[in-house]
Amino acid sequence: MSTQPPQQEHEESPADTVDESESTPPAQQRREGAKTDKRSRDAQRQAEADAAAKGDDPTRHIKVFRYDPEIEGKQEPRFDDFHVPFEKGMTVLDALIYARDQYDPSLTFRHSCRQAVCGSDAFFVNGDQRLGCKTQLSELDDPVRIEPLPHQEVVKDLVVDMDHFYEEMEAVDPYFDPDETPEGELEEQRQSRANREKVKMSTRCIWCGACFSSCNIAAGDNQYLGPAALNKAYRFAMDEREGEGRKTERLETIEQEHGVWRCQTQFSCTNVCPKDIPLTEHIQELKREAVKKNLKFW
Amino acid sequence: MYEHDVIVVGAGGAGLRAAIAAEEAGADVAIVSKLHPVRSHTGAAEGGINAALRDADSWEDHAYDTMKGSDYLGDAPAIETLCKNSPYEVIQLEHWGMAFSREEDGRVSQRPFGGLSFPRTTYAGAETGHQLLHTLYEQLVKRGIQVYDEWYVMNLAVTDEERPEDRHCHGVVAYDVQTSEVAGFKARDGVILATGGPGQAFDHTTNAVSCTGDGQAMAYRAGVPLEDMEFIQFHPTTLPSTGVLISEGVRGEGGILYNNDGERFMYERGYANNDGELASRDVVSRAELTEVNEGRGIEDEYVHLDMRHLGEERIMDRLENILHLAEDFEGADGIEEPMPVKPGQHYAMGGIETDENGETCVGGLYAAGECACASVHGSNRLGGNALPELIVLGKRAGYHAAGKEMEPAEIETGQRGEYETATIDSPVELGEGGVSGDAVADGGAVAAGGPADPDTLLEQTVEAERRRVDELQSGEDGIHHSEVRSKVQQTMTAHVNVFREEEGLKQALRDIREARDEYENVQVMDPSKTFNTDLLQTIETQNLLDLAEAITVGALARKEFRGAHWRAEAQERKDDEWLKHTLLSWNDGSPELWYRPVILEGENKTYEPKVRSY
Repeated sequence: MSTQPPQQEHEESPADTVDESESTPPAQQRREGAKTDKRSRDAQRQAEADAAAKGDDPTRHIKVFRYDPEIEGKQEPRFDDFHVPFEKGMTVLDALIYARDQYDPSLTFRHSCRQAVCGSDAFFVNGDQRLGCKTQLSELDDPVRIEPLPHQEVVKDLVVDMDHFYEEMEAVDPYFDPDETPEGELEEQRQSRANREKVKMSTRCIWCGACFSSCNIAAGDNQYLGPAALNKAYRFAMDEREGEGRKTERLETIEQEHGVWRCQTQFSCTNVCPKDIPLTEHIQELKREAVKKNLKFW
Repeated sequence: MYEHDVIVVGAGGAGLRAAIAAEEAGADVAIVSKLHPVRSHTGAAEGGINAALRDADSWEDHAYDTMKGSDYLGDAPAIETLCKNSPYEVIQLEHWGMAFSREEDGRVSQRPFGGLSFPRTTYAGAETGHQLLHTLYEQLVKRGIQVYDEWYVMNLAVTDEERPEDRHCHGVVAYDVQTSEVAGFKARDGVILATGGPGQAFDHTTNAVSCTGDGQAMAYRAGVPLEDMEFIQFHPTTLPSTGVLISEGVRGEGGILYNNDGERFMYERGYANNDGELASRDVVSRAELTEVNEGRGIEDEYVHLDMRHLGEERIMDRLENILHLAEDFEGADGIEEPMPVKPGQHYAMGGIETDENGETCVGGLYAAGECACASVHGSNRLGGNALPELIVLGKRAGYHAAGKEMEPAEIETGQRGEYETATIDSPVELGEGGVSGDAVADGGAVAAGGPADPDTLLEQTVEAERRRVDELQSGEDGIHHSEVRSKVQQTMTAHVNVFREEEGLKQALRDIREARDEYENVQVMDPSKTFNTDLLQTIETQNLLDLAEAITVGALARKEFRGAHWRAEAQERKDDEWLKHTLLSWNDGSPELWYRPVILEGENKTYEPKVRSY
């Protein structure tokens, strides 16, 4: 543990922090954040230099969103500051775990695999949706602001309610449902390498919800299926093993009022996807397929 | 109280497969899991699924390789069940749409893996577990099977007859993470534990932070023996700084291990003159650590895994995920440079004693997947054999719990049939060890004299667990669980690692005893009733204490070198004395050690123990 004094600044008056997080409009907040960023970056550099001179580990400053609906003092959202000793390779998740285990065990966030496959720890980090475990602190400017995913209800601290996201995922019949299944128990369905390659990226989704949170359309239209669910629909619609009949039905599902046509190709989902899935392209391709299908029936 | 025919605890590969099978067999089934199903650690499995699919291959060969890999500590009926059924279950996954890698002719691809006499590992890139988990979850959604996700199962509702073999499990008690509600889940026909391994007992592990062996610890305290817990697999290729797994697929595709002198030590130092890098995992892990211990490691810590010669195209096609992992978690570019790797805790071969139908000795209680021990893997699991175990034995447990007619099991469970008792040479008291023995805080079974009526039993168990939650949250000046947890993890990695010595193992038992005593004064610091992960992890830490102790007791008892278990004092396999499973029973808080002979008689042949060389 670091021996440097202000490890945690709980005493920071609630009024100040509320002001920072709540009543300032986001754009202004970001500008001010940038200013503060600059100041504290300088301070941080100084501190790191001092620490290096003394032979100590440098520390990093994280500002973490806090909220608990039933704990006095946390009912009004606020930011808590933690200073964590930095080690090479340290991720945002590592910093959160350190802050929780060493300073404040009530600090709450989902996490499990630590290797970007369980999709539990998508947060809003310095203004972007990112997986905590996959984001190196060394890429970020101090103080590192860690907030829950925007556009989802906050349950507590960094934990958001994922139910709406799951409902959208399950609204697209997210399961393989071929026109025909081989008769023999040991008989495979053949799939060309090219077709497997075509669906490959779409199968990498880890349901982290980063894309959904980044999407302006999903934020404004509560019924919009959203990028992750449309990608799931793509995964099956483009799989040659399912057959044409099922594909037509799938295209009807994604063509509905709150489906593909809502997408305005802003690419925010693609930009934040931690698995590099070309979500916007997949949605565009579904649009093209839907048009082709409709032409066929004219 | 919630009520279903079958309750499945855990939603990884085994839990999902069990639930689907139970539903197919006509049961009203529900899953209770501390994580949403797609968060389960099955998703992190990379390499593949062994299945004898091709004409030139056979289930018999798969069984032989598995028995040899187990160092003759697997039970033949379990191994043969696995190998016969794996092809059907793999093709079932294909029929459910799993995105396997494909051959030119459109059939599923297979590749070589360590310890296999045929390239029979089917795979989906280096993300086979992710594809398997999501495919199974899709089928769950299709069937509309109910999932209580982010409900943490705290205890089992098991009757309290004197002999575990006479007890019955009627359900579970779970804690709703979102709201702190403690509720009973009554299971009319059966409870299936599919809660994964205890990897978090170690501090350098490929396992998720959620892998705390909850099901194993609950079953153990309810009287079900833990089997062969000393056999922990240390995977030879994990990233040094995080423990993130680099798939055996890298070596399967031709990746090479080098020491600091640039020697291909698997061959040049004679560790495995035939199979080299593709020797069994225990062999490669010991080789790497020996290199490091003898001063030929890089930075005295790790060795290099080089796949550059495979070429970018092949790497991108078959191992792309590895590039991302090495880059994101170690800053190494696998196309341009060798990747640093060292052994890390990866898998527990042992677990809840079951037969080949997933049944434990307690009526109505089943286990499948890594938490269970049938035993398929014996003293060392082959790469590519964990995923088939999930789907083959998960399905069988699901069918059996739902009452589908099945062949009776050949494997005995509990203290029935042939077994021998033993004494434990421990420097400290084990188990509850005379400390308060507070059944509530320890999450033990309901106090003696409890009811046999399932509803009353469940209500009483719910009450006991509610008191436990209150007590954990009400203390003052207590110790935080993370201190206790890290003490256990450190001693396990220091003393119960790849190389084990008697004095180190005894030291581990002393440290665990100390940690147990400290845990008596544990306190949940977060007073919240909303998403209280502090509470959750405090209870998990209790489970880790029991399991770390069980692993160490087994390791101390087994004075031989077999599979993954190496002892400084006895560097040879002793078949005359040790062709037997280690079993540890909780025995109301005073652990009791006993042994049962291995079953080497298969359906058509007897597996004769041979020298295991690669």
